[in-house]
Amino acid sequence: MNDPEFKELGEKLRSAIQPLRQPELSRDLWPAMLQKMNEPRVRVPWFDWALAAIAGAVLIFFPGAIPALLYHL
Amino acid sequence: MDLLQRFATGDLDAFESLFRQHQGAVYRRIVRIVRDPATAEDLTVETLWRAYRARARFRPDASFEAWLRRIATNAALDHLRSVRRYVPLPDDLPADPRPDTAEQAESRKAIRSALDSLAPRLRIVVQLGLIEEESYRTIAESLGISESAVKLRMFRAVRILRKKLQQWDVKP
Repeated sequence: MNDPEFKELGEKLRSAIQPLRQPELSRDLWPAMLQKMNEPRVRVPWFDWALAAIAGAVLIFFPGAIPALLYHL
Repeated sequence: MDLLQRFATGDLDAFESLFRQHQGAVYRRIVRIVRDPATAEDLTVETLWRAYRARARFRPDASFEAWLRRIATNAALDHLRSVRRYVPLPDDLPADPRPDTAEQAESRKAIRSALDSLAPRLRIVVQLGLIEEESYRTIAESLGISESAVKLRMFRAVRILRKKLQQWDVKP
């Protein structure tokens, strides 16, 4: 990044936004990691799967519906 | 079996050791991009969680640090894409001790707005390259793209920034 144009802009940016040379983590994050690992996984309700299956079936058996569907999207 | 091999097989103790060894470096990588300590902590956990879930794809002979850096940079980029706004520097980050004149304050605000207006994939290159002064190679490795792609993004970003700053008549 030795281009003088970049150098000048870099100086301008650094005058407005300070570079973070050695930012330090203030606490151990392992407990947060354990919490995340123990979170229950998001379950997709059965009716969402049913809706997706119906939409898929419609697209397969009635491909003519695709332009209409796209129009309404 | 060494630590990385144990990690790749899903050993939780090995993951804990690696987590404690690398959480600081991951945090530093992320906070330089998102510039908010609380968000950076959340994204550090998210990064190491992604790494744990993807452990089967990690090759123990490869660099774990480089692999984590790439996941961290992508997590930070995902965050920038989801918020699409500049997060102001909080009080606990080093601020410029020099007092601002009204003109300087206006100029800083304009520069921040110009940076904020960039697409996240351009903004991240500017932040790492021009503000944090990282090399093209480091940025390319972090983003998983070629050096020439980084240079191209930098040229595009600089062109946009210069245009905006000229429009707003910002002086250094």
